[in-house]
Amino acid sequence: MDLLNAFVALANFVLIPATAYGAQLALGALGVTLIYGILRFSNFAHGDTMAFGAMVTVLFTWWFQSMGISFGPLPTALLALPFGILGCITLVLFTDRVVYKFYREQKAKPVIYVIVSMGVMFIMNGLVRFIIGPDDQRFADGERFIVSVREFKAMTGLKEGLAIKTTQGITVVTAVVVVAVLFWFLKRTRTGKSMRAYSDNEDLALLSGINPERVVMYTWMIVATLATIAGVLYGLDKTFKPFVYFQLLLPIFASAIVGGLGNPLGAIAGGFVIAFSEVTITYAWKKVLVYAMPESLEPNGLVQLLSTDYKFAVSFVILLIVLLFKPTGLFKGQSV
Amino acid sequence: MSETTRNTLYFAIVAGLILGTGFLQSWNSALFILNMGLISAIMALGVNLQWGFAGLFNVGIMGFVALGGLATALVAMPPIPEAWSAGGVRLLAGLALLVMSIVSTVLAYKRMEAGKLRTLAMLAILTIGFFAFRAVFDGGVEAVEAINPANAGNIGGLGLPVLIAWPVGGLLAAGAAWLIGKTALGLRSDYLAIATLGIAEIIIAVMKNEDWMARGVKNVIGLPRPVPYEIDLQNSASFVEKASNLGIDPVTASTLWVKTLYAGLFAIVLLVLFLMAQAALKSPWGRMMRAIRDNEDASEAMGKDVTRRHLQVFILGSAICGIAGAMITTLDGQLTPTSYQPLRFTFLVWVMVIVGGSGNNLGAVLGGFVIWFFWVQVEPMGQVLLTVLTSGMAEGSALKAHLMDSAAHMRLLTMGLILLLVLRFSPRGLIPEK
Repeated sequence: MDLLNAFVALANFVLIPATAYGAQLALGALGVTLIYGILRFSNFAHGDTMAFGAMVTVLFTWWFQSMGISFGPLPTALLALPFGILGCITLVLFTDRVVYKFYREQKAKPVIYVIVSMGVMFIMNGLVRFIIGPDDQRFADGERFIVSVREFKAMTGLKEGLAIKTTQGITVVTAVVVVAVLFWFLKRTRTGKSMRAYSDNEDLALLSGINPERVVMYTWMIVATLATIAGVLYGLDKTFKPFVYFQLLLPIFASAIVGGLGNPLGAIAGGFVIAFSEVTITYAWKKVLVYAMPESLEPNGLVQLLSTDYKFAVSFVILLIVLLFKPTGLFKGQSV
Repeated sequence: MSETTRNTLYFAIVAGLILGTGFLQSWNSALFILNMGLISAIMALGVNLQWGFAGLFNVGIMGFVALGGLATALVAMPPIPEAWSAGGVRLLAGLALLVMSIVSTVLAYKRMEAGKLRTLAMLAILTIGFFAFRAVFDGGVEAVEAINPANAGNIGGLGLPVLIAWPVGGLLAAGAAWLIGKTALGLRSDYLAIATLGIAEIIIAVMKNEDWMARGVKNVIGLPRPVPYEIDLQNSASFVEKASNLGIDPVTASTLWVKTLYAGLFAIVLLVLFLMAQAALKSPWGRMMRAIRDNEDASEAMGKDVTRRHLQVFILGSAICGIAGAMITTLDGQLTPTSYQPLRFTFLVWVMVIVGGSGNNLGAVLGGFVIWFFWVQVEPMGQVLLTVLTSGMAEGSALKAHLMDSAAHMRLLTMGLILLLVLRFSPRGLIPEK
């Protein structure tokens, strides 16, 4: 038995990747939940909004790289991020003006919004594929690791290595900063308060003189910012591929619903719940158990509950369980 | 212009488009468009049942279609006795264990009193059941997949006539729909959309990864056919004679004849389903469904069980998609899980229903034909358009090359645009609901 090595292996293969993934999901789910809270529909185009913002960032990153601009040990993409956010905000506000505004004035049913958002999703998806192509794109640069396996082993003398990728570190730090700023904005500023008021009770908010179009505009701007950041972080950490963002839609929705749609705090919690379940259920536990169990009990197989191809099934099952037993989510979300 | 003349005109235009393809391009492609148009019309009927009759938003059509395809492989392929003797028992026993543990969890939930004890009991049953399932099942999978992996490596099918697979495909899809409907119906309308999106992804993932079932991404090829093979026709003296009497060479004649036979089969299915859907629409049941769609609260006050009716219509619509899926796979003669793309099998059907006219069966059928025709013809049109657009640019410029390469992605943009435009400016579609 060697619990220290077991813990290091656990941290290396489960805790750190799941934390980074959870932060990415949480940022994505925050966007979905804000749209739901203010505009009251599930935005199917969110995954492709993330892809679009990330694509603009990738293009700017390449441009900076070709000019020789770099960010030292950090990825150049962080420098390009503000431009990506601006690009995404422009697209999203344009979409709202030409597409969603009409249905708001009609007071259309939520299901119509969902269909419309599906149309938007396909247009955005087509746009991204048209501009950058459907393939994998690499845009990460800078230092690859904060702590590499070799350094860690030399430092501690343990048999198991521990690596923290720069992108994982950046993901978590950025997510914490973004969430802190967002909550400060929602709780302390006038606009943030009017957004919360509008989300809680539309009629009362209108009565007290809040301009709904302004609230909607700010919401879209915040959502585009969150989506771009989430998309870029995911792209840096894993890979940028348009179709992958479409597939992320399911875990993102699952996170938002698990936490309670319309509840920002819930979205964050939901993101981590989904990420940790996905990673722990699809991880082959043999490596950890070899250290943690007495030799006589060591497992023969991989001790993998589900193959990694089924990671979406995990978020789906969690989604079904929440819908069956607690449709408002862990943190009370808006009406069922 | 009266309604009947207008509708006749629409269908005459579609027929003209298909005939035009026959005269200008080739009769083989015209028949291909007709065949897939018939199947698309069936899918559109199914989705119209859910959306047009009941206002249910299903984003998982692809999954139900894929289940139909799976049914074709499982019903029509000859069984592989070696695989069954190697691991069949273990596979069945494993699946039985899985079902048993799920059933006992449900029973525990229903029979025991709410509280910590129940939660613990349910968790315990599920955990033990899952590990028992894996212990039995994994060995069976390994044994089956080891048998002749280059050509088989799966359990094969039942060896029944392929036409039986069509209703079976409908049943499989209905089962999946029941599972989803039971959880997501009765809640907000968005939840059904999200749940169906999920089930579709998972069905495809299962079909890609469970090689023992239908060979996964290694594909099942050579599915039996309900119609004769071209090569047999070409070898039959009487067929060659008939073809030469008509002045067509036997090879072309055989491909055309096979496609025509398929078209006949599909037309029969479409006609039967269409008549059933029409009868349903005009019956008290159809009026009740539309009443529920238009005002759930009022219908509930009238004593209608809204959730149950929704579940019913959701299952029926999904079953029709499953039948269509089995028909597609039969027409292709092979099962290729990678070919199931959400754009092609979910989104396109939605565009068909909305363009055709949601709530109107005839509209759904028309939409199926029209959109399928444009789907096939948009790519050559897009190529032409981009060639014209880029003709002014210098030869060999990077932008031109990029634009020409991207022509394939035009479909996504065009279809998204059509959907948004129709929803905005003509939300009732070509043939509106009466």
